Order: sequence, then C-alpha cells, then structure tokens
Amino acid sequence: MTSLGAAQHFAGAPDWTWYILVYFFAAGLAGGSYFLATFLRYWGTPADEPLARLGFYVPLPATALGAVMLTLDLNQPLRFWHMVVNTTPGQFGLNFNTTTPMSVGVWALLVGSVFALVVFVGALARDGRIRHPLADRLTAFLEGSAGRAFNVVGTLLYVFIAAYTGVLLAVSNQPVWSDTWALGGLFLASGLSGSVALLLLLARFRRDAAPSRSFLEIGGRLFAALELLLLVVVLLTLIDDGTLDTALDLPWIPLWLLALAGMLPALRDLAVGGLRPTAGGAVAAVRAPAWAVPALVLVGVLALRAAFIFSGQA
Amino acid sequence: MATKITPGESYGFFTDTSVCIGCKACEVACKEWNQLPEKEDELGFLGQSLDNTGELNGSNWRHVQFIDNVPDETMSAGNGSAFLLMSDVCKHCKHASCMDVCPTGAILRTEFDTVFIQEDVCNGCRNCIAACPYDVIDVNEEKNVAQKCTLCYDRLQGGMEPACAKACPTDSIQFGQLDELRDRAKKREATLHAQGLKEANLYGHDDKVYGGLNAFFLLMDKPEAYKLPNAANAVLPQRNNLGGYLGIFATAVLGLFGAVIARRQRNMGGGEEAAGASEGERP
Repeated sequence: MTSLGAAQHFAGAPDWTWYILVYFFAAGLAGGSYFLATFLRYWGTPADEPLARLGFYVPLPATALGAVMLTLDLNQPLRFWHMVVNTTPGQFGLNFNTTTPMSVGVWALLVGSVFALVVFVGALARDGRIRHPLADRLTAFLEGSAGRAFNVVGTLLYVFIAAYTGVLLAVSNQPVWSDTWALGGLFLASGLSGSVALLLLLARFRRDAAPSRSFLEIGGRLFAALELLLLVVVLLTLIDDGTLDTALDLPWIPLWLLALAGMLPALRDLAVGGLRPTAGGAVAAVRAPAWAVPALVLVGVLALRAAFIFSGQA
Repeated sequence: MATKITPGESYGFFTDTSVCIGCKACEVACKEWNQLPEKEDELGFLGQSLDNTGELNGSNWRHVQFIDNVPDETMSAGNGSAFLLMSDVCKHCKHASCMDVCPTGAILRTEFDTVFIQEDVCNGCRNCIAACPYDVIDVNEEKNVAQKCTLCYDRLQGGMEPACAKACPTDSIQFGQLDELRDRAKKREATLHAQGLKEANLYGHDDKVYGGLNAFFLLMDKPEAYKLPNAANAVLPQRNNLGGYLGIFATAVLGLFGAVIARRQRNMGGGEEAAGASEGERP
C-alpha cells in the first residue's frame, strides 16, 4: 500500500486463474478445518470429538488437491521441486526466500502436509477404520500433551496456509492486490467461515457430530462478521490507493454479490438471534434445504477469492 | 570507442529518448542475436500508430514505444508536438522486485551487475511477472519459462557490447560502464536544458528509483507518460510482507477469540442443542 491517493501500476498480469483459484479455496478450507478441529478436540467437550475428527479429515485431501493445482499452474510442472531445491549451478541447496510468501508458503505446505497426514490417519484410527498397533500408538500420542502440542503447531501452520495466499497477492506490484495489507486476514476469516459451512455439510452425514452444530452456527456468525469487517478494511485501503474502481469493475460485480450473499445468512442470524444458539437459523428463516445455506457460504468463499484474483489482473 | 568489459564492474544502458527515431533496429538486433521466436499473433496489425510490437514480453526483449503525443486539432506553426519515442527494455534494477519474489533462485545478479533469469532453473510460477513494476517479464512461448533482456550476457562474456546498442544508428542506446554512462547522461541533460528543452529529465540514474537502474533513461516527458512509475510509486513488493503477516496474526487472534465465545455461548444454551442438532440430519 503506497497511501498516495492514486498508485501507479504498470505491472503485467501473471495469468493466475482457475488452478490458483481452486488452490486458494482448498487452502482456506484446509486451514479453517484444522483450526476448528484442534479447538474442538482439545478445548471443546468430549461430545465435540466426532466433529473434530470430521475436521481432521479435511486438510489432507485439500492439501493434496491444492498441491496438484499449484503444480499444474506452473509452466514447467515437472520442475515443481525447484521451489524447494536450488538447482543453480554451484549453489545446490535448499531454497527458502523469506521476502516472498510463495517460498514460505511452499515450505508451510510441505511441512504442513505431514501434520495433515498424521491427523488424517489419527482420525481414521479413532473412528476404527484402521486397526493396527501403529494406529493405536498414534491415537495414544494424539491424546496426550505431546499430541496437543503437535496439533497446536499443525494449527499454526495451517492457519498460515489459509491466510498467506492473500499476502502472496499483496506482495506484488499488481493493482488491487498490492494496494492493501489486509488480504491475508480477509482470506483467513473467509477460510474460517467456509470451514464452518463445510463441517456443517459433512456433519449431516455423521449423527454423532450433532452436538457441535450450535458451536459451528455461533462461530460461523462471528467469523462472517470478522470477514465483513476485513472486507471493509480492504475496500478502504483500495480507496486510499485509487484502485477501488478496478476491483469493483462491472465484470466482477456478480462475484462480489456472491461473496456478500455467502456472508449474509450468518450475518442475518447474528443480527436476529445474536449469539444465542437457534434451531435452524437462516435455514429455517428462508425455508431452504439444510444444505443450501452452507453451500451458499462455500460459493461465497470461492467468489471472494475469484473477485480478487481476476480483478487484479484485468 | 568500444567499451572494455571486465567482470566485477557494473554495466548498463543509457537510453537517450531525445534522439530515438523509432527505426526498431534495436528490436531486430535483439531478436536476431537472442534467437527469439515470433509470437503467434505477432504479425498482426495493432493499429496503434507505428507500433506493431505492442509490448515487452517473452519474445520481445526490446520494444520501441510510440507514444502519440500529437494533438488532434491543427496547431499553429511552432506549437506542434511530436511522438515520444523510447526503446524500452529491462531496467536491471539494483533492488530488483523480480529477484525479491523468485522462489526458485532462478533470477540472479551476474558478474556484470545485471539481472539474469536462468531458463533451466525457472519453473514458470510467474511470480516475477506480478512483481515487475515495468511489465518487462513474460513467459517465452517456446521455452515455457519467464524471460527478459539478459543485457546480452553471452556477448558481455565475449567482450562484446549488447546487440541493441551495437545496432542503434543514432546512439539513443548507449552501452557502457555505469558511472561513465551516468556522467554522460548528466551532460546530455544539461545540454538539452541549455537548449530550452526543460522537460528533459533523467530517470533511474540515481538511487531514487529501485536503488538505481542499470538501464536508465533520458525522458522528454514525465515518467508516467512512458509507463514508468515515478519515484514515489517505485515501490518493492516486499513492502506488504510485514503488514500482511501482522494482519494474519491479528485475524487469527480474533478468530480464536470468536471460537472461545462460540464455545461459551453453546455451553450456556445447551438446552437448545438437541433441537438444533436434529434439524437437517439425513434420515
């Protein structure tokens, strides 16, 4: 952010499109789900454990999907490993460039995927889908204080993964992207909202996760409020740099409307019901199927990222 | 006089736009020496004055900008205005945005103090394209990696000046040792000012723009007219790292706070849980 009133941008577009959009979406859901699962397992009640397991099932496939998308987006996909290994003649070693979130993010993904694998296998073992002495030892490890510390580290990594994608856009010279510092926070808040919606959807397939629904509904309202607040901050910073018009240009209006529509049900529940647990919330209010509102939230999460990715490269 | 090229010294271009005639010999020489491919749509007619190259990209490492400064209405004698011409190229910035954001280490600074992309190291993530403030870098369609002017690295290694400077018939593009070029540029600017051309200004000759540009310019209008950010807007991408990460931290704290509140509210309203839980379940 230059705070000049009208930032000059002459940078070319990197053509980051659908692969990157899917990756950003998957990263947000992976991070939000890991956060919620850790919170519910270690700071929730025993009745929250089934939902925590659902949450721990999400990061691994989301990370795998994201990694595939990132690789496919490269012009030289077979050189994906150049992100971590320096192949410059005479300088063989590991690459870690702290000035670019892309490098930091790749390492977070690499290390984070180990955590995602462990909690995924741990959830399978606890659900009795894997019966093996090693699985039992893993379950015992995750239940102890070492397991708690392990998951806190994993959560920190995944919160970073959900959010750094916004900083990645900001650390550029593109219009819109580089005119705000708040994109990382916005993507994290949006990832949390999306994860609540995803877990609400997944919980429909698991009866024993029902006791955690109220937590998700109240949390979803607060995360939506945080998301809206950060969206306002982002738009204010764009006004400051004179690129709000670019962001809100006509082709992107449907995406912005979808993004707002995704936030509205939770915000409505917050306005009407405050923080009291309610049966059905916005679903009951609009007489929609139970899956409709969480699905709308997920579409909104996707649309928000699309609006930023595409408007910054127009 | 030919410049003696010694590794360890800083070399660059001084492009004097006041004597550019738009012949595009630099573009041709660059393409020939570097064996740059024709882009699929390159033979198209852009309809933008005399410019059919359009932009710097992966296969055009020199681009002569034709900036139509001519008023549409008829002017009286002596009040006309000419095209602005500028042979644009990678600026080989001292603080290079592209180097800052390259995750593979493909972009490095050579022994001639120029910025070079190693085509066998680049994996085509295109982060450098988003970062370059001058829209210089692009993907070469033949090699499928990011490419730009190398300041004829191979020619420098052989003791030869870059092809574009060699081909320029008016010496608009001058190659040389950086300090010597800067002295030459200041004298040229003073000469033009003395002739009444007060608009002549140097861009990138000092450290105000990205710590100094190895390829700097004498312009006949404001930098913005040539699609060059002025000194106040010549900012590095990494400026947003700290704010971005602090934003994440603050949001994470608020998110955790939200989760704690949601747990407390849920526990307080436990009686309604069953009703909320049963709603929407699959049979």
